[in-house]
Order: sequence, then C-alpha cells, then structure tokens
Amino acid sequence: MRKSRTPRGPAAVGSALVLTLAVAACGSTKNDSSTSSGSGGASTSASADTGKANPNAPYKKGMKVVQIPKQLGNPYEDIEDNGTKKAVEEVGGTFVRKGPTDAGASTQVPIIQSSTQTKPDAIVIAGNDPDAVAPALKQAAARGIKVVAQDSDVAPDARKVFINQASSEEIGRDEVRLLGQQIGYKGQIAILSATANATNQNTWIKFMKDELTKPKYKDMKLVKVAYGDDDDQKSFQQTQGLIQAYPKLAGIISPTTVGIAAAGRYLSKSPQKGKIKLTGLGTPNQMRKFVKDGTVEAFELWNPADVGYLGGYATAALVSGQITGAEGETFKAGHLGTRKIGANGEVILGPPTRFNKANIDKFDF
Amino acid sequence: MSTAATPAPTPAAGVRARRMVDLALRVRELGIIGALALLILVTAVIEPRFVHADSLRNLALNAAIFAILAVGQTLVLITRNVDLSVGSVLGLTAYMSGELLSKHPGTSILVVVALAMLMGAACGLLNGVLVTFGRVPALVVTLGTLYVFRGLAFLWTNGSQINAETLPDGFLNIGTGSFLGIPTMALIALVVVLVVGQVLRDYRPGRELYAIGSNPDAARLAGVRSDRRVCTAFVVSGALAGLGGMLFTARFGTVDATAGTGYELTVVSAAVVGGVAIFGGVGSVYGAALGAVLLGTITSALIVLKVDSFWQQAAVGALLLLAIAFDRLVGLRLDAALRQRSSRRA
Amino acid sequence: MPDLATSSPRDPAASAAGAADGAPPRGRGGAAALLRWEVLIAGLILVTCVVGQAISSQFLTTDSFTTGSLDLSEIALMALPLALVIVAAEIDLSIASVLGLSSAVMAYLWNQGLPIELIAPICIVVGGLCGAFNGLLVTRLGLPSLAVTIGTLALFRGLAFVVIGDASITDFPTDWTDRAFGNFAGTFVPNTIVLFAVLAVAFAVLLHATPFGRSIFAVGANEEAAWFSGLRVKRIKLTLFILSGAVAGLAGVVISLRNSTAAANVGTGFELTTVAAVVLGGVSIFGGRGTIGGVVLALLLLGGIQKALTLSDSISSYWIQIVTGALLIGSVLGPNLVQRAREARSHASRSRGSWPPRLGPDQARPLEEDA
Repeated sequence: MRKSRTPRGPAAVGSALVLTLAVAACGSTKNDSSTSSGSGGASTSASADTGKANPNAPYKKGMKVVQIPKQLGNPYEDIEDNGTKKAVEEVGGTFVRKGPTDAGASTQVPIIQSSTQTKPDAIVIAGNDPDAVAPALKQAAARGIKVVAQDSDVAPDARKVFINQASSEEIGRDEVRLLGQQIGYKGQIAILSATANATNQNTWIKFMKDELTKPKYKDMKLVKVAYGDDDDQKSFQQTQGLIQAYPKLAGIISPTTVGIAAAGRYLSKSPQKGKIKLTGLGTPNQMRKFVKDGTVEAFELWNPADVGYLGGYATAALVSGQITGAEGETFKAGHLGTRKIGANGEVILGPPTRFNKANIDKFDF
Repeated sequence: MSTAATPAPTPAAGVRARRMVDLALRVRELGIIGALALLILVTAVIEPRFVHADSLRNLALNAAIFAILAVGQTLVLITRNVDLSVGSVLGLTAYMSGELLSKHPGTSILVVVALAMLMGAACGLLNGVLVTFGRVPALVVTLGTLYVFRGLAFLWTNGSQINAETLPDGFLNIGTGSFLGIPTMALIALVVVLVVGQVLRDYRPGRELYAIGSNPDAARLAGVRSDRRVCTAFVVSGALAGLGGMLFTARFGTVDATAGTGYELTVVSAAVVGGVAIFGGVGSVYGAALGAVLLGTITSALIVLKVDSFWQQAAVGALLLLAIAFDRLVGLRLDAALRQRSSRRA
Repeated sequence: MPDLATSSPRDPAASAAGAADGAPPRGRGGAAALLRWEVLIAGLILVTCVVGQAISSQFLTTDSFTTGSLDLSEIALMALPLALVIVAAEIDLSIASVLGLSSAVMAYLWNQGLPIELIAPICIVVGGLCGAFNGLLVTRLGLPSLAVTIGTLALFRGLAFVVIGDASITDFPTDWTDRAFGNFAGTFVPNTIVLFAVLAVAFAVLLHATPFGRSIFAVGANEEAAWFSGLRVKRIKLTLFILSGAVAGLAGVVISLRNSTAAANVGTGFELTTVAAVVLGGVSIFGGRGTIGGVVLALLLLGGIQKALTLSDSISSYWIQIVTGALLIGSVLGPNLVQRAREARSHASRSRGSWPPRLGPDQARPLEEDA
C-alpha cells in the first residue's frame, strides 16, 4: 500500500471553488436595513418608458399577450385565464398561455424569459413568488414589454398594474368574521394555506391575525397555519394532520380553492363532518357537493373569470397607451364598466360573493 | 454488499444455511414489528387519541398504497434491479381511472381495476424488455421511463384535473369505506401482500428471483430463465403500481398529472427499511409492507405529537440509514457464522 | 469490498474491462468509442439547432443561450462532480437535498446578519460535510451508495426544513442577486455559466490529466484490482463524495441568489435530472467510463431541447420530459443494440467455421436460450 500519495487534484478543484467566489466578492454585504431597503426601491426599468397616458388612444391592432398562470391544471386559474383570453380577444389581440407544471417559486422564470424572447406586447402573470420572478420581469419590461400581475402580486417595481380580486384587508377580515359566526366566536381555529411564499395568502393571513386581536374574538385561538402547497393531496393530508393534532379544533379557514376543496373532501367523509366548520375561498362548482351535504355552511369568492377579464382590459389599455399604471388613471373594462387605478398600481375588482345552500345553484364556475 | 451473497457452501449445509437465512429474515421482520409497536405505544402514552379507531383507520389508509407499491418494488429489488418509474405509472393510471369513470360513470369497478393493472403491466413490460433484451441498466431505464410516463400523463391531461364530484360514489367508497371495521383499501393491500408473499416464499418462480439476485451467473448456469423472470418482476411491479393508481383516485378523488410525484424514492425507502437489500437477493414482501406501515406511522405519530412536520423527512432518512447499517452488521455476522459452520463440517 | 454493481452481468462494458487487456480499463473499445459517443451527441445538438430554428426564429440567438443556460446552471454545476462519482461506480442522489440544505443555511445565516462573503464559504463547507457523511457511510461501513444517498436525500432535505421551516428569505442585496442573474462583463454568457466553465475545466483536468483521475477510472472499472494495485480506494471515494457535496453546497448559494429566494424546498427533484445529464453524457452507470466533455455536451443538448420547446407557442412543454427520458434510455440502448448485432454476426460466422466445441461458462448460453 502506498501511503505517500495525497490527492492534490481534488484540493486544486476545491481551491478553484473558493477562488471563483473570492473573485466575485467585493465589499461586505450584510442583512442590515440600509442595504436591504435599497433592493425594494423603485427600479428605473419600470419607469423607463413612462410617457403620457392618452385615455382616448385606440386599441393597438393585433396585440400579442402572453399569460403565465401560477401553474397549469389549477381549475381556478383556468377560469381566470379564460377571462383574460376573452378580454384580449374582444380588443382584437392574440392570446397565448404558458405555465409551469408546479407552483414552485422559480418555475415561472424560464417561461418569462422564453416569452420575452418571442417579443409579445404584454405579459400577464399570477406570481408564485414575488421576488423570484422580479428580475426576469424587469428584463422583459426593459425590452418594452408591459407587465401586469393579476390574482397574486409580484414585486411592485416589476409590474405596472396589479389586478386585485378584492381588497386584501377586506378578504382577510371577512374570512374571520364568517368563521366566527359559524363557531359562535369560540374555540381553536387553524388556517390551511397554499405555499408559504404566496403573496396573496400571506397578506390575507396577516389581516386575519389582526382581526383576531379584536375583543370580539378573544375566545378564538389560531393554533396553526398549515401549508398544502396548492397540491390537492398534500392539502388533504394537512387537513387530516390538523384534526389529529388538534382534537378540539372548531374551525378551519382555507383561503385557497385547492385547499378548501381538499379539506371539504376529507371532512365530508370523517366523523367530524359538520362539527368542524370549514370556510374560505372556493369555487361554487368544486364546493357544491360539500355545501349540500352539510360539510360547509358558507364560503366566499369573487368571480375568477372577472379577475382575468379585468386583467385583460388593463393589459390592453397599457399596451395601447391609454394608461401608464399611475394612480388615478381610468380605463374601460368591457362589461365591468370603467375602472380606476388605485394606490401602488392596484385595481380592485370588488367585494367577494358569499355562497351558501340558498344561492349556490345560481353560480356555475 | 455481502449481505446479498449468502450462497450455501456445500449442498449438505445448504438446508441449514437456508434455515439460518430464513430465521434472520424473520428476526428482521420481528424487529420492524417491534419498532412499530414501540412507536405506537410511546405515542399512545403521550397522546392517547393516537390509538382511537379513527386515527388507526387513517394510518392504515395512508400506508395501503405505499405497501402495495413496496410489494412490487421488492420483487424488482430482489432481482438486483430497481424500478424508479412506479410514481409515474401511478400518476398515469390514476388519471386513466378517473377519466374513465367520469366519462362513463357506469363502468364496473372490476373493469377499472383490470384496465388500470393492465396499463401498469404494459409500462412494466416496457421497463422489463429494455432491461433484459436491451441490456440497459434498470436504474437508467426506469429513470428514463419516470420522465416519459410522467410526460405522457401531462400530455394526456393537458393540465386538466378530475374532481371528486364527477366520480361515482360507489368508486369513492373504495377509498373511504370499510369492511368489518377494516378499511377496504387496507384489506386490498393485505391480500396483495399475502398472495405475493406466499408466491415469493414457497413457489419456484419466487425462489428463482432470489437466485437471480444472489448470483445471476450461477442462476443462469442452474437453468433459471432469468430474463423472463426479471421481466415478470417488472410487469408485476407495474401492475401493482396500476392498482395503486386506481386506489389513489378512489382515495383522493381529485387527480391531475402530478399524482404520485416523488413516490418512487419513498417506496424504495420503505422496502429497504423493511430489510430488502438494494443489491438483490435478500428481503421479503412482508418486510417491505411493514416498512411502508412504519414510515406511515412515523408521519402520523409526529403529527399527533405536534412535532413540526419538517422533522418527519429527516426522521425517515435517519431510519433508512439505520436500517441499512443494521442489515450490514447482521449480514457480516451471518456470513461469519455460515463460514464457521461450513469449515467445521469440512 | 467488491461492489456488485460493477460485476453485474448486464453490463458488457464492466465485465469486458480490466481483465482483458492491461491497458487502463475504459471498457468497450476505449477512446475510440468515447469519441464516437461525443460525436453522436454533437450531431444531436446540431439536429436540435435545426429543429429549434424551425420551431422559432428566436432559437439561434444569444438570448437563447443566455436564458437557456441560466436555467440549467445548478444542474450543470452538480453534474461535474457527480460524473466523477459515477465513474468511480458509486452514485450520489442526495445532491439536490444538499443544495436545499445549503439554501436553508444561507437563509438562516443571512437572518443572523452575516455577510454573503462569509455565508457562501460556510454553505460550501456544509455541503462538503454532507458529502463526507455520505462518503464515510459508504467507505467505512461498506454500505451501498444508492441506499445511503436515498436515505440522506430525505435526511438532508428534512434538515433543511428544520433549519428554516416553511419560510423563505428574499431580501438578499441586489448587487449579489444581479451578479448571479446577470451576464459576464458585457458578454451574453451568464456569470453562473462562467463559474461552471471554470469548474468544468478544473474537473476535466482532474479526471483526465492527473494520477488521481486515472485512479478514479481504475476504481470504477475494477475496485478489487485497483485496491490490489495499491490505490487507496476508500480515500478516493471519500474525496469524491466530499467534492460532490461541496459543489452542491455552492449550487445552493447560486440558485438562492439567482432566484433571489432562499428556502428549504429549492431544487427538489434535481438529483434525477442531474443523473440523467451525466448518463446521457456517456458516463457508464456502472463506472469506469466517461468524460467531462461528454457531460458538457449532454448539458448543451438538454438545454437546447428545453429552450426550443419553451420557445414554441404550440408545442406543449410537456414534451421536454418525454424527450429527455427517451434520450436517456436511447443513449444506452443504442450502443447496446449495435453491440448485440455485432456479437450475433460474429457468433454466426464462428459456428460456420470448424470450431472445436468451446468449454467453460459459455456452454451455458444455449441452455439459457432454448429455455
């Protein structure tokens, strides 16, 4: 046995590893408020081509719009995207839909980049992660592509307009009110969310927690926020886990259509059916069965097709120069009438609809 | 991997040796049962609700599909191959079952079962032929078909999803119903485990799989039709993944093309925890099924104990490492004992 | 300890190698075959270029290279050391989990207020330690690396969640994230790909031009023979696992900065894509054969196919998986079938001549065939 040979090669590769890093390193960058605040500031790219808005400009002919949903195969997103498609086609544009197969933080990035290469007039996106997609969206904006976020926002400096389903604050507080009524303002409650990074979810949850601090809810205790990743099976198992871990659970709020459907399916076949109250955001078609069999008393949602439709018209208005995304501008949105851009480039669709046994059969989406 | 190689040194010692190996295997299975009992006991003491009927029912339901897949995987692993495509086959057949039933709700459930298993078997046959006739390593073949089958599932579904509302209640009852207090799905899994277990233990085709896995060249010399046997193992694994896919749809009701993503590694883990050697020749389907139950129980126990679910994955990994390290040590001991015995006889 | 994988009957390369000739065991025709393989992949890349250009006029642009290669950065990085591990007849399936753990550790340390300049080396060291853990289990306890790294795949990913939970960190400084996302000094080559190129050269030299590299081939082709000829087999394997872990740790830093998101779940499933790239690159899964050049070409091919399919408005991106899987199988199946045909022909010509009946194990063949 030769003992003298020491592997020099690997050491060389190792030092190459360290060297390449050292080359890039210049100056210390720490997580202190001074540097991190710089990253959130307004970027130049988004405002580079801010001309004057001309509300009466005609719709640009043959505009090409790429729609990027959170993931393919999510029925809620399908409805929403069809709304966008309808709007874009109403103004004579063409519509292409491309999406990732899972809702991971960075799965949308390659799709944004490839879409950018095909030079569309606009990209409409429902962001999986506000920051992961921001650099790619800024690149697109730098090439003159208008970026609109709908349903789930991206970093504000990476888009012009955000179509919000309803005021985030209103949704969050209303969910707690709805559940409070059902459980008599008493007992342990849990939240079944989508992914831990989803912007819309986290904003709603923030307002739910805030609402719960009011004296009215002093006997309601939030014991757990579980994440089902907008994956049906995982949401199903998370529901099962919540009920096993918290035997005294009185209610669950699931502000995601995938989550509430999975939770409803679990509860409808379990002994706790009707005892543990379930509410949240769901589509009438998915929830009809559970409302009728008594698993769910009431839940809420806006019309996702309208969210997409509004997004489509906002996009068309942006591309045609009717708006620039500044607060106070207005644009026409087909059958939704004239809409106004609020603070931070947000356009709000309106208050959500509550669905229960009495009215659910009037809706089909 | 000398745990795999325990061929009898002399014909006379052969019977004894086999008995010893059998004993070692049985001890191995008892070991898992012991671990399982301990886990349930400790959890039950801390949180008595854990052993309530409802909780145990969930436990059985969660483990059933994995146990069925682990049985198929065991057959393949014993022949010194591996089937990484099971998760994708499950996804494909799960969607097929859902699509069939939502379009034709009147279809007999037996027809759905047969079609799902047939489709799975066809996938398995493709794997088997590529491995045996094409002489492509199983790891490469099934890694490739993992992608191909998953891609086909996506193409087929085109992003759509099947909802529980469109499925007949009779079908969904397989996933939630029970017979004599035992969940139907657990019963199905039990039947699969017992039937395949007996064939593997006591019948020629089963024993030949061990021969192929322990020493492929020797098996061939002894006249074992090894290519055909290996192919069969893949076909059975595929068919069971097909059965698993159908059960997946019955249990979860909502299916899209991502059903069963990542199952392959959990299934291999369950088999290995259950004492199936990753390089062939050793293990039983009983062990593998118990491994699946143990993994499922750990998950449930951690949830009940309110341990963050994050720890679950780490615990499963650690358990797997412990299991193979334990097998290695036992294998070394067994080897030494066998060698000693045969030298004494000589 | 003899590794059963290397002596599997299903791998003609491994059984033919080593014993037959005294030359460095490279299996199946040695350098000539390797060259042919790389030419074949290069040909496939050309086909991809033609088809890609037909799909979209945007395909043959620097933009495509920039964005297409950026997507594959981390997989490309991890493929390099993995190729070495596989050449040594082992496998490391835990790399994607090490990447996740590295990202989680990065998030944690950033929250603690450490600078990136310090976090990055720590993450690489953490990765190296993970690799060492794998390596020690494989070499000291003699456990099969396939089982060990499936175990640590779960273990390391679990630890990543233990470190940071469901949270994700997105407030990394823009100069760093821009660096990871941006191009190198005004060119169209992303910085991450420059990093990859540097490491690719380093690994190519290590594998093909150093005694250590030759010993990797020797270990992979016939471990026992390598041991008897005085190579420190365990030490070599341990080193390879550490390298694999360290580079996965680096990839964790890269992906976190590139996506401006550090979380425990990043890179889930990357391990299989990376293995696919390495095998497609002509590295034998049973060890003893393969080149870094082949792996680089395979990455180019995969990247090209992905780009072409994502650029298309009409072709479903789901085809990516199907094409990748089929290529992977085809890359091994094709040469095997050719070899089979050649064997059959020589068998036929041999039996036509007046050969004396051969003795030895080959006699078993008819038995197997008529059975």
